[in-house]
Amino acid sequence: MAATIDRAARARRRRRGLAAGAAVLALSSVLTACSESSAKPVLTWYINPDPDPPPDFEGAFGLDGIAERCSTDEYDIVTEQLPTSANEQRIQLMRRLAANDSSIDLMSIDPVYTAEFSEAGYLAEFSEADQEEIAGNKLQGALESATWNDRLVAAPQWANTQLLWYRKSVAEKAGLNLDEPVTWDQLIKAAEETETRVSVQGNKYEGYVVLLNALIQGAGGEIVSGLGRGEEMTVEVDSDAGKKAAEIIEQLAGSSAKDPDLPVSNEGTAEANFAGDNGGFMLNWTYIFLGHNEALEGDLGWARYPQTVEGEPSKPPTGGINIGIGAFSDHEKEAIEAAKCITSTDNQVTYATETGGMPTAEDAYDAEKLRELYPPELLALFQESIDEGGPRPVTPYWATIVNAMLGKWHPQDSVTENTAEQSAEFLQNVLNGDSLV
Amino acid sequence: MSTGATTATPAAAEKARKGTSDRSRAENRLGLKLVAPAVILMLLVTAYPMLRALYLSLFKYRLSAPDDREFVGLNNYVTVLTDSLWWGDVFNTVVIMVITVAFELVIGFAFAMVMHRVVFARGIIRTSILIPYGIITVVSAFAWQFAFSLNNGFVNGWLPFIGEDFNWFGDKWPAMIAIMVSEIWKTTPFMSLLLLAGLAQVSEDTIEAAKVDGATWWQRLWKVILPNMKAAIMVAVLFRALDAFRIFDNIFVMTRGAQDTESVSFLTYRQIIEQFELGMGSALSVLLFLSVLLIAYLLVKLFKVDLASARGER
Repeated sequence: MAATIDRAARARRRRRGLAAGAAVLALSSVLTACSESSAKPVLTWYINPDPDPPPDFEGAFGLDGIAERCSTDEYDIVTEQLPTSANEQRIQLMRRLAANDSSIDLMSIDPVYTAEFSEAGYLAEFSEADQEEIAGNKLQGALESATWNDRLVAAPQWANTQLLWYRKSVAEKAGLNLDEPVTWDQLIKAAEETETRVSVQGNKYEGYVVLLNALIQGAGGEIVSGLGRGEEMTVEVDSDAGKKAAEIIEQLAGSSAKDPDLPVSNEGTAEANFAGDNGGFMLNWTYIFLGHNEALEGDLGWARYPQTVEGEPSKPPTGGINIGIGAFSDHEKEAIEAAKCITSTDNQVTYATETGGMPTAEDAYDAEKLRELYPPELLALFQESIDEGGPRPVTPYWATIVNAMLGKWHPQDSVTENTAEQSAEFLQNVLNGDSLV
Repeated sequence: MSTGATTATPAAAEKARKGTSDRSRAENRLGLKLVAPAVILMLLVTAYPMLRALYLSLFKYRLSAPDDREFVGLNNYVTVLTDSLWWGDVFNTVVIMVITVAFELVIGFAFAMVMHRVVFARGIIRTSILIPYGIITVVSAFAWQFAFSLNNGFVNGWLPFIGEDFNWFGDKWPAMIAIMVSEIWKTTPFMSLLLLAGLAQVSEDTIEAAKVDGATWWQRLWKVILPNMKAAIMVAVLFRALDAFRIFDNIFVMTRGAQDTESVSFLTYRQIIEQFELGMGSALSVLLFLSVLLIAYLLVKLFKVDLASARGER
C-alpha cells in the first residue's frame, strides 16, 4: 500500500506543481481523476509474507514474481504484505472487509479462515464455469479447504502439510526404523534414549491447535462435528480420541524429549532447535527440505506424520493458501482472471521451487523443475499427506474453537487425563455464549 | 485529569451561587461560551464512542456475522461477571498495578531526590534518568523480552541463583515478574518527574526550620517533605495506577496473555479485535471504564486530598 500511495502521491504532487492558483489546482485534480479511471486498472493482492529470496536470486521472487508474470495488458497486479501470523492476516483482512474496503481485489487466505470469510459475505462468488475451471486439476484435499456450502469460494494456490523430519543419525542410534509408520510413543522414547528432542509447535497460538487436531484425528476423533449447524455444532473432544491426544501431550510435556521452550515454541523455534545440538525429530511443514537438506549434509530424513494410535493411519496437518476475491472490489472480473493465472500450474511449480510451498495442482508434481529439486519419494509423500491429511474443521467458528482449546490445553504441563472432558465442556459453553474465552 | 475537573466543579458552582454582582455573572457566561467549542468537540470524540460502546454491549454481535446481530440486554454483563476468566484477569491486573506502582513510587521518589539535589552534571543526570520514558513501550517490551528470553537473553546468565535453562515465560509468576520489570523500568521516570514537581514546591524554609529544630534527615522526610507534597504524590500514584490498570503493550509483546498473564485490557482486545465479538468486547470495555473510575474515586478518598485546595483555589 505504502509504496503505491507514495508513488501516486508523488506523481500527483509533480502534476500539481505546475498549477499556480487554487482553481488550477482543483482542475488538475479533476483531470488526474479522469486520467486515472481511463488507465488500466491496478489490482491489489494482499499476500502473506514470503521467505527471503536466496542471495543470488535475480528478479521478482515468490508471490511478487507471480504478480509480475500475471499482470497483463488489461490490468496490473501489485502486492501488499499482510502480517506474518495467519491469525493477524485474518484480523487485518476481516476488519478491512467489514468496512467494505474496495482496495482488496485479491487476497491470500489461510484455508481455515476461508469459511469464515465466505459466510460473512466478504468473498466475491465464482460463476459455475469459473468454479469448474479452477477446480479442474486440483488435489481433493486442497479443494475441500476452499469449499463452503457446496461452492468453491476461493482458488487453492499452494498446499502445505506437516511431515516428520528427523536426523538419520539419531534414528539409527535409537534403532528406529522410519520406513515403517511410527507412533508418537515410539518417537518420544527414541528421543529420550538418544537425549535428543521432539520439536513441535506448543505456543499459545493456532499452530498448537493444529497439532492437537492432528493427534485427535489420528485416533479417529474430531474436535467438533456437524459443522453445517453453525453455533449448534457438536463438540466431540471428550472422546477416547481426545483422551489419547491428552495422553501424548502429557507424555511429551513430562519427558526429556520436549524442547525447553515448548510452551512458547513455534515453527521457527522448532526449526532452530532441530538444527541445534539436541535436534533429533521435528514435526514441521514442507519448506524444511529446502532450508535444511544441504546444511545437514545428507542427515535429513523424512517420514509420514506419526500415528496417534498404533496401526491407525496418521492424519497429517494440512494447510496452504487460497486466493479469495474481495466482495467489494471494483475489478471483480479482472481479479477472477488474475486468480486463475496466479493458481496456474506453471506458477505453482515456480513457486514451489522458490519457496517450498507445494502445488495444489496434481499435474504440477510431474513438472521437471520440481523433480530436479525434490527427491521423487519426498514429492510422493507430500502428495500423499495432502490427500490423506486431516484438514482443520471448515467452520466460521474456527478462531473461537482455537481460543477455547488453548484455554484448557495450554501450557502443556497442565494437560491431564481430564483435559479432554474439561475442554469439551468449556468449548460448549463458549459456543453457547455462556463463557468468555 | 477528570477527577481534577469534577472536584473543581462544586467549588466553581459554590462561587457562582455566592457571586451576586452582574459583572461576575457576565464573566461566567463568557466563560461558558469560551469553553463551549472545546466541550462540544470533547463530547464528539469521547462521549460518542463511549455511548456507542454502551449501546453495542447490549447486543450479541460478531463482525464476521454482521447480519446475525441480536439484542440480548444485560446478558453480556452477566456472562462476564460470572466468568472465572474475567475475575482471574482482574486479579492479574490488580497485582500488576499494586506491585508496579509501589516499586515505581519508591524508586521514582529516590530518582526525584537525586534530580532535585544533584549539584553537578544536572542536565546529564536528569536526562539519563528520563531516557527510559522516552522509549516506546512496545520497543522496551521487546528489549526486555529478549533480555529474559531463553534462547538469546542475558538475564539467566547474570542471575547466579537462576539456572541457564530457566524459561521465564514458561510459567505464570516468572512471566509476571518479567512483565512487571519491563513496566517498572519504562514508567518509573514518569513517576519521578511528577514527584520532582512536588518536591520543588516544598519550601526550603520549612526544611531549614526543621533542621534548626534538630530534626533528623528521616524525620524531615516523613514530617516535612512528604506531607507537603501529598497532592503531588496522589497525582503521581493516580496517573500511574490508572495507566497500570490498563496495561496492554508489555503483555501483548512478551506473553500474548499466555501462562495466565492476561490483563483486563488484553481480554477486551482479544474479544473485540481477535474474535470480532463487538458486543461482548464492548461490555468488557464498559466494565474496564467503570473499574478505572472506581480506582480513581478510591485513591482520591484514600489520600483525602482536595485538589482544588491544593491548587490554591480555596
